[in-house]
Amino acid sequence: MSSLPTFWNEFTAWLPHVQLAHFLIVSAILFALGLYGIVTRKNAILVLMGVELVLNAANINLIAFSRYSTLRLDGQVAAIFVIILAACEAAIALAIVLNIYHRFRTINVDEVSNLKE
Amino acid sequence: MPQDTLMLFALAALLLPLLGFTLMIFFGKKLPKQGDWLETAMITAALLCAIIVLAQKLLNYPHETLALNFTWVDFNTVPGIGPLKIVLGFSIDNLAAIMLVVVTLISTLVHYFSVGYMHGDVRYSRYFAYLGLFSFSMLIIVLANNLFLLYVGWELVGICSYLLIGHWYEKKSASNAGIKAFVVNRIGDFGFLVGILLIYATFHTFGLQEIFDGIKAGQLPNGSEWWLTAAGVLIFCGAVGKSAQFPLHVWLPDAMEGPTPVSALIHAATMVAAGVYLVARTFPLMTADALMVIAYIGAITAFISATIAIAQNDIKKVLAYSTISQLGYMVMGLGVGAYTAGFFHLVTHAMFKAGLFLGSGSVIHAMHQALHHQGDHHTDAQDIRNMGGLREKMPITFWTFVVYTLAISGVPLTSGFLSKDEILAGTLAFGGLTGHALIPVIGFLVAGMTAFYMFRIVILAFMGEHKDARRFEHVRESPRVMTVPLVILAVLSFFIFYSFNPFSAASGWIAHAVERPESVVPAHMAAASRGLFEDTLHHTHLTAMLLSLLVAGCGILIAFMTYHWKRVNADMIAEKYKGLHSFLLHKWYFDELYNGVVVGGTLAVTNAMRWFDNTIIDGIVNAMGGITRVTSFVSGKFDNVVIDGAVNMTAYLSGFLGLVLRKLQTGKVQTYIVFAVFSVMIFYFVFRLV
Repeated sequence: MSSLPTFWNEFTAWLPHVQLAHFLIVSAILFALGLYGIVTRKNAILVLMGVELVLNAANINLIAFSRYSTLRLDGQVAAIFVIILAACEAAIALAIVLNIYHRFRTINVDEVSNLKE
Repeated sequence: MPQDTLMLFALAALLLPLLGFTLMIFFGKKLPKQGDWLETAMITAALLCAIIVLAQKLLNYPHETLALNFTWVDFNTVPGIGPLKIVLGFSIDNLAAIMLVVVTLISTLVHYFSVGYMHGDVRYSRYFAYLGLFSFSMLIIVLANNLFLLYVGWELVGICSYLLIGHWYEKKSASNAGIKAFVVNRIGDFGFLVGILLIYATFHTFGLQEIFDGIKAGQLPNGSEWWLTAAGVLIFCGAVGKSAQFPLHVWLPDAMEGPTPVSALIHAATMVAAGVYLVARTFPLMTADALMVIAYIGAITAFISATIAIAQNDIKKVLAYSTISQLGYMVMGLGVGAYTAGFFHLVTHAMFKAGLFLGSGSVIHAMHQALHHQGDHHTDAQDIRNMGGLREKMPITFWTFVVYTLAISGVPLTSGFLSKDEILAGTLAFGGLTGHALIPVIGFLVAGMTAFYMFRIVILAFMGEHKDARRFEHVRESPRVMTVPLVILAVLSFFIFYSFNPFSAASGWIAHAVERPESVVPAHMAAASRGLFEDTLHHTHLTAMLLSLLVAGCGILIAFMTYHWKRVNADMIAEKYKGLHSFLLHKWYFDELYNGVVVGGTLAVTNAMRWFDNTIIDGIVNAMGGITRVTSFVSGKFDNVVIDGAVNMTAYLSGFLGLVLRKLQTGKVQTYIVFAVFSVMIFYFVFRLV
């Protein structure tokens, strides 16, 4: 690998010229953050929020690919579709969380492990 | 009376005791008085029939033989044997007719005596049943005219003796004595059986008359003269067993364990007489050599048992040995050719020996009662040293006993004198003809000893002072039912019933009725012919009479000097010749010898066999078992370790893997997601690289 200053120079040269890669990198960061939230959070609500982040990372990907390809609005449609799906998902998931809270008096996902063994 | 009717009477005499036995053995206990009257009535009826038969036979058919034959079974021709047809039959000649009366008479008297003697016995009815069977068996032997039926009766007598000797089988010695009598008899019977088979193999018949005819016609067993002698000796083997001859005499003294009337029956009429009777029956086929064996066996028996009798103290033991001794006389008489004398002695001896035993039974009965009255259960009621002075208390028993003793000692005017004298004359004639001087010497010696030991009993038991005055007070004469038979037998011990001449039996009816049959064996093998023998006998008769009177007188005199006047101290003599005395007291150590050699030998062989079985056979079997065990052990181990190991290992492996893998399933969604993500990443890199 070339030295750090060289990398920094190349990066600053690359950054202003927005292209597909920029979107994919943002999307990847967003996906990673969402995944991190899903994996590390114990609170079910926060886990759900992580899931939203991952979904939106996917949306960014869809739209970016749609913009930089010969596709026309297919990506945007798919993104809207995902947003609707996410809304449904959130509604159902929150209902489940409420039920879980009702039942176990907690929304800590670690403690809700009745299916184990 | 026609012959058929006579035969019917004989058959009635034969079958009545059997009928009695059958009824008694099934219903005896239920009958009033346990049925003693039934069996006694049967045997009395048989006696009456027998007397009719004898009288008619002697009066109407003195020289004929009445026969009744029937085919028992016919197998036609049997492969390997030839024609097999067994004809059985009965015949009555003078011998059988006289024997018929002797047997039924003694048996009847024994029955009457037993009613008193066995009163209150545990197996009273069974005892009488067996007495009936015993008489029946003996009568079969008497009437049979063929060896087959004779052997049947022979064995029946054997089993009856076993049953009656062991009557008090709760006593170990009694049951042992029964077994001993049976087993020792079997040894003799075996010889008899071989003799019968030997004869049958040649003549293809069991009928005695047919066999005699065959020999007369020149047929010989196996075509050899030696085999003829062997057949005679083998048949005599049976007599050796039954008539208690040396060396099979050991059962008879032990047979004293039976009830005393049974001893009387066995010793006088039924069992021991069978042997002598058998020799008399088969006399024509005996060669000179066979007769020589018979004579010597008889002489040896007479001598040995007479010496033993001197030293015995048990009244019944003395009588037992005197029986053996007298049987030896009879056998010796037959052996030397004094056929009539031998048989005559059988008849007279039956009377006085039955009397002696019943008399001793009466004494023992009285002693028992006296001892019982005193509550004394230790003193031996049969030991003559505990008696003495019984003459005053038991006069009938005493006087009858004296008569019998005079008879057995051969004192003139008694029946014993007549028959014994004839036998001794016969031995003298035999000695003169053949040069075998030992036989007459033994004959006279034994006559002296007999007189001695018989008077020893009389003096010790009946004369002098009683040993215990208090016991003596309780001694009572036996009841009438016991003393009447004694008197009858005593009367029958006088000469008048056998010959009107008190010094010679030659003119008596028995001598006329029973004549020595002509031998049928080839002339050069036969003993001295009847004519020659009787000529010699004529010359020796007076010598024999004087000599026998002399030795009997000496015997009696010595007995009185020793035991009555105490001129000679018997104890001192016994002390001085201690070895001899204990030798005689222990019966020549015959029992010890047989125990050591026969019983010990058998035990040694069986022990060796047992060792072989235990060590070799069991060893092989155990080795087989061991090999199988080792094989199965190895196979089992293989199964357990290898096969089961493989199976278990698979299971353990699965279990282990499961154990490891279950850690992955945490139940936490986050973990799964981490796995999924990382897996995708790993797959991506892996596939990209590939």
